[in-house]
Amino acid sequence: MTGFGRFVAQARAAGELVVQPRMGMSDPLVMRDGLAATRRAAATTVGTITLDSYTRTGEIAAARRAIDEGVGLNGYPIVSYEAGVTRAVLSGIADAGFPVQVRHGSARPEAIFAALLAAGLDATEGGPVSYCLPYSRAPLREAVASWERCCELLASVRGTGLEPHLETFGGCMMGQLCPPSLLVAISVLEGLFFRQHGLRSISLSYAQQANIHQDEEAVAALSRLAAELLADIDWHVVVYAYMGVYPQSPGGAQLLLDEAARLSVRTGAARLIVKTTAEAHRIPTVAENVRALESAAGVAAEERRAGAHASVPDTGLYAEARALVDAVLELGEDVGRALVRAFAKGYLDVPYCLHPDNAGRSRSRLDAGGRLHWATAGSMPIASMVEKGRSPILGSSELLGALSYVQRTFDRRAYEAPAGAGISVSR
Amino acid sequence: MECERVGHRELDVIVTSMVSDSHTWNLVFLQLLLEELGHRVTNLGACVPDELVVEECRRAEPDLIVVSSVNGHGFNDGMRVINGLRSCPELMGTPIVIGGKLGIAGVGDGASARALRAAGFDGVFEEGASVEAFLEFLESLSTRVLL
Repeated sequence: MTGFGRFVAQARAAGELVVQPRMGMSDPLVMRDGLAATRRAAATTVGTITLDSYTRTGEIAAARRAIDEGVGLNGYPIVSYEAGVTRAVLSGIADAGFPVQVRHGSARPEAIFAALLAAGLDATEGGPVSYCLPYSRAPLREAVASWERCCELLASVRGTGLEPHLETFGGCMMGQLCPPSLLVAISVLEGLFFRQHGLRSISLSYAQQANIHQDEEAVAALSRLAAELLADIDWHVVVYAYMGVYPQSPGGAQLLLDEAARLSVRTGAARLIVKTTAEAHRIPTVAENVRALESAAGVAAEERRAGAHASVPDTGLYAEARALVDAVLELGEDVGRALVRAFAKGYLDVPYCLHPDNAGRSRSRLDAGGRLHWATAGSMPIASMVEKGRSPILGSSELLGALSYVQRTFDRRAYEAPAGAGISVSR
Repeated sequence: MECERVGHRELDVIVTSMVSDSHTWNLVFLQLLLEELGHRVTNLGACVPDELVVEECRRAEPDLIVVSSVNGHGFNDGMRVINGLRSCPELMGTPIVIGGKLGIAGVGDGASARALRAAGFDGVFEEGASVEAFLEFLESLSTRVLL
């Protein structure tokens, strides 16, 4: 194995958590500086090129115009630059000791996959469900067809001795308020889809939610399902630091990242994608990203030294996720077609997701401790497992409260903590 | 002439984003809010192209159209979308409002809100206290005296 998957596997064997930023700049020289700073950070890092939103949505002409007019974009427009420009960005920085991944957010990413391969890259992320339902209007059937072509294109470079890597984004549906069993199931199903279409090195994502014990149980369930269903290929788990409404105070943001690092170590995840203390306010600077990478690595090392952590009790999360995965796989051998059917039948139903191909009959709620529960599971085949009588459906004001729960909780923790305590700032 | 005062008329409402905005929690919130007040909501979701907004509104002829945007492009997108809606004869008199985070530089001096009203929006509800003002607007609409 080469490339991204091998780097992460080696770090894991050495007991190091790989940390990675979210980072994308429109200017090639600035992008190069960002990658170089990530590489230099005092942590085991991989690099990120995050694309701009014009490129994500396929408006390549608009991205091109912005470059020509010198308008700053919110990411790196990889399709609009010639491959030589991106190769120059990477030259002398990206190598076996510092693999670089492209992060995009596109439901139909053919041009993006072609551009990253032309630039000599072979690691990216997404998925037919996770980059379709929450952010686009593309019919799920079309996203599945597009991702089949993209997976096959990416897998085709295996013939040249490379081992391309693809990460599911399915562990992050809507960023917040999606019960973990469904996040785990979609992440695993996207992994199975990648394998069916030729990938042999993948990662499975899980985004930190609002209760660390529930998150620990979720990542354990994800690893168990991956071991059961993906044993014949290389896989690892990647944790995303919280993707919902972020704490506003630097202290609160830091405490939340600390918790994501501890979650990663406790659950044996191999990689963590960080957020910075600027998250609630603006796109972070390179220096803020480096501080986040180094502090996460520091907390991870501390957590590892602290030794074994008592495993969390089983509340049925694995059984729910397994039931969802099995119900989808029973709909057909082709994972993509099974996913389309599963959403049409409501066997998978993402709460609060407005996409026309999502049934929209499920609802979740957050309890006082931050655990996510199903208020109603719609037609998902887990109705018998869902606790009864727990929950009125969220009203509009409770929804606002639930959306800002993590922000409030961590801002308060930072405010109440004695000065400096619990806030790890590595230097 | 007989006057009928309809207390809390149930409205058919279309809630929509605009083409460049992929955010949806704002749309979910508005749907819940409107449904709690007894109104019927059709939620068009994220990234709705101009033609689709117009097509759906012409087809449904709703009592109210609520345009919500939080990505900072709302002013530009809104100025374009309102022209499309108001140029349809069946939507010339339909109440249409816009709200959310409409610019990248905050609320400013109100010039953009005035421009949006002049372009045809009946209400502009920006950031801060916008929900309360929106509720007042809704109240006036649903308890309007019908002749």
